[in-house]
Amino acid sequence: MATAVAVVPARRKLARDEWIARMAVVALALWLLVAVALPLWALLSKSFQNRDGVFVGLANYATYFSNPALFSSFWNSIVVAAIATAVVLPAAFAYAYALTRTAMKAKGLFNALAQIPILAPSLLPAIALIYLFGNQGLLRGLLFGQSIYGPLGIVIAEAFYTFPHALLILVTALTTADARLYESAAALGASPRRIFLTVTLPGARYGILSAALVVFTLVVTDFGAPKVIGGRFNVLATDVYKQVVGQQNFQIGAVVAMMLLAPAVLSFAAERFVRRKQMAQLTAQAVPLVPKPQPLGDGAFLGLCALVAIPIVGILATAAFASLIKFWPYNLALSLRNYNFGNFETAGWLPYWNSLRLAGWTAVIGTALIFTGAYLQEKTRGLQAVRAVVQLFAMLPLAVPGLVLGISYIFFFNHPANPLGFLYGTMAILVLNTIAHFYTVGHLTATTALKQLDSEFEAVSASLRAPFYRTFGKVTVPVCLPAILDIAVYMFVNAMTTVSAVIFLWVPPTRVASIAVVYMDDAGWQGAAAAMAMMIVYTSATVKVLHVMLARTLDRRTQAWRRR
Amino acid sequence: MSGAPFLQAERIWKQFGSFTALADVSFDVHPGEFVCLLGPSGCGKTTLLRIIMGLETQTQGRILREERDISGLPPAQRDFGIVFQSYALFPNLTVFDNIGYGLHSRRMKRQQIRARVGELLTLIGMPEAARKYPAQLSGGQQQRVSLARALAPSPSLLLLDEPLSALDARLRVRLRHEVRSLQRRLRVTTILVTHDQEEALTMADRIVVMNQGIIEQIGTPMEIYLHPLSPFVADFVGEMNFLDGMLVAPNRVRVAGAELACGPTDGLPGAGPVRICFRPEDVDVRAHGASAVNAMPVEIAALDFLGSFYRATLRPAAANAAELRADIPIHLQRELDLAPGRLITVSLPADRIRVFARD
Repeated sequence: MATAVAVVPARRKLARDEWIARMAVVALALWLLVAVALPLWALLSKSFQNRDGVFVGLANYATYFSNPALFSSFWNSIVVAAIATAVVLPAAFAYAYALTRTAMKAKGLFNALAQIPILAPSLLPAIALIYLFGNQGLLRGLLFGQSIYGPLGIVIAEAFYTFPHALLILVTALTTADARLYESAAALGASPRRIFLTVTLPGARYGILSAALVVFTLVVTDFGAPKVIGGRFNVLATDVYKQVVGQQNFQIGAVVAMMLLAPAVLSFAAERFVRRKQMAQLTAQAVPLVPKPQPLGDGAFLGLCALVAIPIVGILATAAFASLIKFWPYNLALSLRNYNFGNFETAGWLPYWNSLRLAGWTAVIGTALIFTGAYLQEKTRGLQAVRAVVQLFAMLPLAVPGLVLGISYIFFFNHPANPLGFLYGTMAILVLNTIAHFYTVGHLTATTALKQLDSEFEAVSASLRAPFYRTFGKVTVPVCLPAILDIAVYMFVNAMTTVSAVIFLWVPPTRVASIAVVYMDDAGWQGAAAAMAMMIVYTSATVKVLHVMLARTLDRRTQAWRRR
Repeated sequence: MSGAPFLQAERIWKQFGSFTALADVSFDVHPGEFVCLLGPSGCGKTTLLRIIMGLETQTQGRILREERDISGLPPAQRDFGIVFQSYALFPNLTVFDNIGYGLHSRRMKRQQIRARVGELLTLIGMPEAARKYPAQLSGGQQQRVSLARALAPSPSLLLLDEPLSALDARLRVRLRHEVRSLQRRLRVTTILVTHDQEEALTMADRIVVMNQGIIEQIGTPMEIYLHPLSPFVADFVGEMNFLDGMLVAPNRVRVAGAELACGPTDGLPGAGPVRICFRPEDVDVRAHGASAVNAMPVEIAALDFLGSFYRATLRPAAANAAELRADIPIHLQRELDLAPGRLITVSLPADRIRVFARD
């Protein structure tokens, strides 16, 4: 290679809009630092400190592991999560198979029914199960003396709660089938059983693994179900709460939170790894598989789907019914008195309105922040090091359970030296926390949508002397509007239903609906708790329906330029 | 070409980590000229175009416009228009708004914009398409709109990055002429990046042939085709036969058992191994045994019918000699009754044989 000539290395001046983009990237990185990184750092350091903030090494961990009562919760969490995964996975796989690989009737209906649990906090199935199988439950006899309070109740409630998450992943995995593989296998004379074992299962193996990891993580980190139906059966999630809120033992609370973080981070890392493999399976030339009708098989799958869908609907219906009757099980007359929340706690309807405010702000601010952030990250250039930081902390929240993030926020924002301490006890910190908690999925949705845009839009704009923000407003946002709506609805529904992300951060004036459910259930007002949980479901469902209608309108109005 | 160049790339280096994408690249573009950067994929031609546009920054070297260094200017201040292979038309904006996009940035009045866009729509022959969206247009139409959008602000330089590669073959040929005649009419200085040698030959005033980050040759299409300065250029542009031989005296080579007169051998050692090359269409096919200068006997190994001519694969009589290809007009095949297995004599015009050093 020739030697380089002695010319001064070239450097290009930055245009005004390029400066703006860089400053915005820095601002985004700072935001993620405050909302994600620093709180988690505060948690980590707290777990190595004593009450007075002095570094004590692994002393807190030693205390934790030498206390069998505490350590047993760790195994309880793992065992319950493993059983729930083993229950959900086959059911979700069969359901997904029916939706993607058979010519079964009413696929749209079954798909919709399977989505119901997403609209409700995990508290709802737990409450409904108590109505059905509790001490005064209608179907108590079916348990043959077993108690619903404890692992059994937790597993059933978690199965309800995690089913749609597993289903979504498996449907995706089974949709990406290449018809040519099946035709080749059939042409080679393979039996349906052999095709299933040698083509279908291997093709979906990453999806299955990914779904298993997601379900496992969701169960380990869920707070709502074990809180309501766990009884004396302790798990990690309830331990964190008891240590911090009950005993004010922040050090051990921090250690338990770290124990909760560990399996979540591990399975998150494994899941990312697996998902990347799944992506690589998709080739551009794949021919989509179109299932052929098979009356007998399709009928069997219809029955199977009904077997899964009926309990889902049943649990929701139980909660709805419980919220509408006077006094279970003695007076089954219909009444709206459970919805008159003022009868049960002084806050009355305030928590519900707070939830609407929280969900509204989270959706509006969160979506704007996430989409703009993903745009800056994906489509502008420069400051590679800052971008790497942004990328890391945009992905991290997915691995951090809501409880862990919540407790981290206490340690960080409640620290006397923190100038941001004024946020503590405000609605703002709930919004901040909720956006951070659900950041990653929104970020991934936005990134996927942005990757579908021509990568030269920004270059063309620069050549036409249009600053990037003009093209962002005139082209990028309008074209990505469906994805932006998806993110907003996702943020709204999750902010409505979340318990774990806010349980440590609310104060009476900012108590939200899901927290009210926990407290009214604790206080024995189960009818009112069911009613508040149903309010969350009604609201989420309304937003979902509005979303579908809005998306349809949008699709109609933009057809002229979307059609290919 | 006389007068001061409009654009100069001066000793441009571009490093991506340890990979050298461009190594000491220099060339000029004169006002109103149509220059093609031609080379295989990965040769650095697109990187060079992006550096000229300001989308990438060179590691070293300067870009001059009318002798002023513009290396430090961001793309928006360079006053260049660009068309990409993907067209990058804004899908949610009409053809009118796409073409007018760059005019808004220049604070033109609504009335002026309307007039200018109308003018351009007429220029690209699509006066009725103003209200349509890009998705409603054919590939060729999208290409024209993309060109009009780049031309709308009257840029001083037009950069075209493989603009015709996404089109089917027939349309590509038609658009070559359209783009070229548009460029001539507007006299806009243009740089086109392509890997398609036919495109470069038919469109360019001058071609810059690039390979692995360096410039192999700069010249008019005729110069490049007739007098390639390196085996790479000879091979990349057009069809070429390569045979190994020995230089026996100035302008005389021994190849495939025959001693032939050849083109200039200046700059080569007096004797030694060389590569000689000549184009299939320059091979003069005669009946076997016919008297001919600079000739050698060969056997027809294969005869491929390519429509307007035959491409023959010929095997020299001498042992161990490489096969060579010749283009044979249909009528000659008929006259001489050529078929595989036949022996013929080929004559190679001395001035059409180029000689390169072999190592």
